[in-house]
Amino acid sequence: MNDRRKVDLTRGVKGRFIRDRLMTVVFTGAGWFAILFIALIFVFTFREALPIFTDPEVSKEANLHEFFVKRVEGETIEQQFVWQPVGEVPKFSFIPLILGTLKATFVGLLFACPIGVAAALFSSEFAPPKLREWIKPTIELLAGIPSVVLGFFALLVLASWLQNTFGFTYRLNAWNAGLALGIALLPVVFTISEDGMSSVPRHYREGSLALGASRFQTAWKVVLPAALPAVFASFVLAFGRAIGETMILLMAGGNAAITSFSLSDPLRTLSATIAAELGEVVFGDPHYSALFFMGTLLFVLTFVSNSAGQWVIGRMQRRMQGES
Amino acid sequence: MTSVDLDTTLTRRIASRSRRRFGEIVWVELLGLSIVLILAILGVIVADVVIHGAGHVTWTFISESPRQGLTEGGIYPAIIGTTFLVLLMTAAAVPLGVATAVYLHEYTPPERPKQAWKRFRAAEGPDRRKLFGTVLLSLLAKVTRSAVANLAGVPSIVFGLFGLGFFIQFVGRAMDAATQPAGQILWGQGNLLWAALTLALLTLPTVIVATEEALRTVPPELRAASIALGATRWETIRRIVLPGALPGILTGAILAISRGAGEVAPLLFTGAAYYLPFLPEALSSQFMHLGYHVLILSTQSPDVEATKPVLYGTVFVLLVLTFLLNLTGVLIRARTRSKLRAGG
Repeated sequence: MNDRRKVDLTRGVKGRFIRDRLMTVVFTGAGWFAILFIALIFVFTFREALPIFTDPEVSKEANLHEFFVKRVEGETIEQQFVWQPVGEVPKFSFIPLILGTLKATFVGLLFACPIGVAAALFSSEFAPPKLREWIKPTIELLAGIPSVVLGFFALLVLASWLQNTFGFTYRLNAWNAGLALGIALLPVVFTISEDGMSSVPRHYREGSLALGASRFQTAWKVVLPAALPAVFASFVLAFGRAIGETMILLMAGGNAAITSFSLSDPLRTLSATIAAELGEVVFGDPHYSALFFMGTLLFVLTFVSNSAGQWVIGRMQRRMQGES
Repeated sequence: MTSVDLDTTLTRRIASRSRRRFGEIVWVELLGLSIVLILAILGVIVADVVIHGAGHVTWTFISESPRQGLTEGGIYPAIIGTTFLVLLMTAAAVPLGVATAVYLHEYTPPERPKQAWKRFRAAEGPDRRKLFGTVLLSLLAKVTRSAVANLAGVPSIVFGLFGLGFFIQFVGRAMDAATQPAGQILWGQGNLLWAALTLALLTLPTVIVATEEALRTVPPELRAASIALGATRWETIRRIVLPGALPGILTGAILAISRGAGEVAPLLFTGAAYYLPFLPEALSSQFMHLGYHVLILSTQSPDVEATKPVLYGTVFVLLVLTFLLNLTGVLIRARTRSKLRAGG
């Protein structure tokens, strides 16, 4: 033992207690400071969107009716719901953007959910421990790829490959953007599902095997159902990640705000719209407030879906701990 | 039932069982295939970037500014900009995040608000006021924890909006009004400081969550022993708790930093510049950024083929940077895990 480390109880007692008080103040201060900032994030994102409700100048052009309900004259649905924020009569319909977000999210989840869960089941039930030690860091590496790199890859490589293989009219479309998004969602689905499956108590498996079930039956009919809340939570969290993801969709989505249900048309999501337009908008404009309202919408949606996911995970953890 | 009958049923049963076994093996292989697919995706992306990008990364590429409408020259300003940004972000996020986690875990009451409330209801006499404080603090800790956990999933573009709305339009403008001559804008626009603080807020939840998890791994008995020996709370934290939790804190911090280093969406409106011939000189300067540079090169370039080598080179550098950070974090964790297993 090093001499410096010994605490001399008789000398400098007062100094030690003063230092202790001081550090309490420092930590409390830091804690409250961080809490304050977290509260500010809520306040300020909403604040900039507020003129939609309070400022008559702004709410004349940008309001909830305009965002979600209003149709302009037109034959097709495509002409009726239009996002065209710059022009003599700006049109602020969120419908094409919401549709774009949902299309990309749909493809992304369609790709990531089955593969992510299958990989998680394999890793937790069948992979030898040595292999498992490699799988997790590798998936973390995949999660560590910046989304701008995935966007770049989808834009340059994936889009050409998909077009050559399937003959899409548009190079950038919902399939392309959604698949790239799916790559970003895979680690989310995998990690959370795998954690859930690993937390299923051993005696579930032992009981099933003792009754004569095979390893596959045990995995499929015992472990997977027991871990279902976690799997479900992983889908919900992936959904939250998908609707907020920006760079991939900004680069690989084709940037066309059109009201279309086809997955082979180009798209524009809510997040990509904010990213593309906020840089050029006039401060305090109806357009500015509309974009902040879009951000608020994303904030609320992701916050709600994350809370739901976290709640399910927490409940499952408590239940599993109570049983094991 | 004759013995022959029994025999055939048995064989049939065994046969069907082995058929089932065969079917199951196919299923397991399919599950395994999904892992192979994930690894293949990672492999294809990395291989594509390495094949097309590694060759372009030369000393000139790393040490020179972009030329010829970004199609030639290097990415020196972007590397420096990213480095400054990440360092500033780390300096803001890690100490604050660790301190917040220490506050939440070591200074707020460990009970759940419900339990504290029950104790408060049951208590009498002068203890009641103190217990009411306990209830409030434990409620605060609970709310903060869930806010932090959810904040980790809020889209990065929303943090960009916050950076613009709070740091630039609110704080920046107020600072300009107080310090600058009328009409001059210094802080009321995107710059290195605002971008770094925005990113710091984005990474803060990750740091807090990881640190708290690391603090939880330090056994409460150690704290109790330290207090029983006469150490103050701060001495216990500094000599016992923090050293024990250090690997976990480091891992969390590094993973958070690597996430922050690759984020572009929050920088779009908070100070990343398309092209700057000079390096950022002050906190109020704009800056170039590797990720933002990738975005610009791949979407704004008039001649895609001409920019391709520079683009791939930039992606390669960015990927190497984030992978190195990631790998460091993972290695630290693996080392401490094997140490724990060895009982050290």
